[in-house]
Amino acid sequence: MRKPRLVVIGNGMAGIRTLEELLEIAPHQYDITVFGAEPHPNYNRILLSPVLAGEQSFADIVLNPLDWYAEKGITLHLGKEVTQIDRPRRVVRCADGTEAPYDRLLIATGSSPFILPVPGKDLDGVISYRDIRDTEIMIETASMKRHAVVIGGGLLGLEAANGLKLRGMDVTVVHLAETLLERQLDSTAGKLLQQSLEARGLAFRLSHQTAAILDDGNGNVRAVKFSNGEEIDADLVVMAAGIRPNTTLAEAAGLYCARGIVVSDTLQTYDPRIYAVGECVSHRGVAYGLVAPLFEQAKVCANHLALMGIGSYRGSVLSTKLKVTGIDLFSAGDFLGGEGTEEIVLSDPASGVYKKLVIRDDKLVGACLYGDTADGAWYFKLLRDGRALGELRSSIMFGESSVGDVGTQGQNRASAMSDTDEVCGCNGVCKGTIVKAITEKGLFTLDEVKKHTKAASSCGSCAGLCEQILMSTLGSTYDATPKEKAVCGCTDLSHADVRRAVREHHLTSHRAAFDFLEWRTPNGCATCRPALNYYMLSTWPKEAVDDPQSRFVNERVHANIQKDNTFSVIPQMKGGVTNPSELRRIADVADKYQIPMVKVTGGQRIDLLGVKKEDLVSVWRDLGMPSGHAYGKSIRTVKTCVGSEFCRFGTQNSTQMGIDLETMLANMWSPHKVKLAVSGCPRNCAEAGIKDVGVIAVDSGWELYVGGNGGIKTEVAQFLVKVKTADEVKEYTGAFLQLYREEAYYLDRTVHYLDRVGLDYVKQRVVNDAANRRALYERLLFSLDGLPDPWQARINGAQANEYRPLTSTVPMSVEPATA
Amino acid sequence: MTQSKPIWLHVCDVDAIPRLGTRVLTHPSGDIALFRAESDKVFALRDKCPHKGGALSLGIVHGEKVTCPLHAWNIDLTTGEACAPDVGCAERFAVRIDAGEVYVSLDEAIGTEVSAATAAA
Repeated sequence: MRKPRLVVIGNGMAGIRTLEELLEIAPHQYDITVFGAEPHPNYNRILLSPVLAGEQSFADIVLNPLDWYAEKGITLHLGKEVTQIDRPRRVVRCADGTEAPYDRLLIATGSSPFILPVPGKDLDGVISYRDIRDTEIMIETASMKRHAVVIGGGLLGLEAANGLKLRGMDVTVVHLAETLLERQLDSTAGKLLQQSLEARGLAFRLSHQTAAILDDGNGNVRAVKFSNGEEIDADLVVMAAGIRPNTTLAEAAGLYCARGIVVSDTLQTYDPRIYAVGECVSHRGVAYGLVAPLFEQAKVCANHLALMGIGSYRGSVLSTKLKVTGIDLFSAGDFLGGEGTEEIVLSDPASGVYKKLVIRDDKLVGACLYGDTADGAWYFKLLRDGRALGELRSSIMFGESSVGDVGTQGQNRASAMSDTDEVCGCNGVCKGTIVKAITEKGLFTLDEVKKHTKAASSCGSCAGLCEQILMSTLGSTYDATPKEKAVCGCTDLSHADVRRAVREHHLTSHRAAFDFLEWRTPNGCATCRPALNYYMLSTWPKEAVDDPQSRFVNERVHANIQKDNTFSVIPQMKGGVTNPSELRRIADVADKYQIPMVKVTGGQRIDLLGVKKEDLVSVWRDLGMPSGHAYGKSIRTVKTCVGSEFCRFGTQNSTQMGIDLETMLANMWSPHKVKLAVSGCPRNCAEAGIKDVGVIAVDSGWELYVGGNGGIKTEVAQFLVKVKTADEVKEYTGAFLQLYREEAYYLDRTVHYLDRVGLDYVKQRVVNDAANRRALYERLLFSLDGLPDPWQARINGAQANEYRPLTSTVPMSVEPATA
Repeated sequence: MTQSKPIWLHVCDVDAIPRLGTRVLTHPSGDIALFRAESDKVFALRDKCPHKGGALSLGIVHGEKVTCPLHAWNIDLTTGEACAPDVGCAERFAVRIDAGEVYVSLDEAIGTEVSAATAAA
């Protein structure tokens, strides 16, 4: 059977990105033909400015070399401009007669520079700034001529002006508006920018309208004349007064266009066989001229071309960065503000720093930074997340570092770091390595950086820093991580989507889930399988069946894997209390199995390290103690102080409370590990302030704190409620943990969950609504009821094969006939 | 490459390996990991990740790949090669299934003929 044919008009970033996304999810679906008007393979148009400035060469910015097209079996027509789309016959035609029939057509014709309709616009020496050809002309002219005039004080114009200046020309920027970059900056920041560009030797004519471009008598440009009669010399005029979507071809084919080819949320034009992406489209009335939105469109479009039919494009929030080395500016969202908004402004003109944050209804809606943009990525994230600021408001202006960030050792200023500074402490990745990978391999997203450099792929605490490096390396090319991230490469659905589907469609097996949710892979991967397993077990307790093959090794064998493939064994020691008989058994086991190390853990237990997998079951049998679950996304331990039984300051029996809580929560699976602590007085010797649930005894009862974390990033637990009785401690603790178990995304700790839903929501569900609290508590007890101690179950013979190696000494008597 | 006919060692019944699961075959030359895909195809690799020596038999099997438990490298079960962008290769052994029984050939290198035999089986 013939494969359907996909023809792509436009060999630029949007079209080719769509193909890359498509080939990733449906590599063999189409016979693909690409037409490109330029004689080059796909290159990173955004990096033309560094090429002009002499910081990179053309070879550096090629994204897909010719080999790539050959490898993917794509027919590539370079230097051929498509002049007709024959919709009735479903054929595209070029000026030279080349034809290609299509079943699906993708239009990615990009945009053209807007050429001012003034006399002299066609003279030699008048160019636009869109492609590598324009860049080459500018480089060539700069080596021979002196005066350059750039018409347009937008991003492109300023980057062109800066590049020409660096190449030795005298440059004047002509701009119609009163300040530069008026669409990206407010007037204060615009003036600061103008000052620093003037300091670099650029001249400006603001509020000036170009009336004509004058001829030297030989058809070359000589000067630019303004509407006020003034003239300035010019050997080169660069038109950078904006772009217009390239719709001529589409319009001629009768496709509906309105300042762009009009597309739906699935990137379809009015002809359902024809899709369009990139700068040539108009989506919900907006035509985008930056790259990040194009990539978001490409992803959705590819999904529909692959006939998966999931995902829709709903528009993008933009951020901007000027790619002029040494000038830091950043803006995003509604940075101008206006009715109903409030502004926080920091202005220090002497040191060239200006920051404005715009807030509406306690949410960050816009940011405009000049001079210090280190927190741009962070503000952009807050903006996209739409998270309520609350207490953050008082410190937000001082940046992410002011809210505490132990994990990155305070070095959260990507641009200030040197290439040899370590970014990822887990995998030893330096800034230079990341920047090199971004530029050489053409990486655009945090996920790609993780994959190629391993940075941020272990503990993830440097993910923010990596995002900053991406942003400062790519400028506006940066493709911010989408708000609703897909669970993994097997699906486009987010954790929220999957959780909802498991509940609403009563999914209780991996097979059912994969089929219903149309997973791309036959049986998932090591990322999604454990997540799904947890969602089904937590949503349908006693009904969904645990799948050992979808458990990470630790949870499958019930011990913690070490670097040499041995395991650590930590028996349960409720509340950190033990006795001589247990200690003797532990000592005997350590002797008998020649345990290389016996260590006291941070959770007040004893760890036997270096146990061989095949010894695990015997070790457990000899210990005669239940599993401490020190290996799972599960309840870990309840740390306690000694409390009122012995301590002269103790107000309540914290040790017994710890033991009771640990008994109640025995064998509990959760989205991530769960740690508790109970302190007998506010001196807090059990460190309850950094636990998922911390209980602090006071004379009149117990205070409960939630969402603390002593790990990657230290987080202080937040006060939830004060209660009087031990039973209440259990009920509130249980209800909070059940809410977390039911609603958090897999691998989110309680602090991440709280960050997402807010403490007020949790208080409302657990504290204010007594009926709901009891219901949650009962659901927790129900789902824990009857869960066996996993070690005892294995001593009794469960999963025996898991621990038993195979041996073979018997050769086959008959050899295979075909060998 | 060995040109002589391979010697096939009987290992176990197919059902002794769980679907999308693994077993370890101990051998004087080092442990060998056996993997069973959902399709009931069985693969054998040296039980040692080319990255830092993690036991592949302790990984999660998906499609025809296994994810190493130590640092989550993905290894292609059909070739033993690490999936891009990681680079490395785990030693691969031919597997034959006959009447529901699994046989492994421990000959050093796998020739194309043996691979064909595996596919035919």
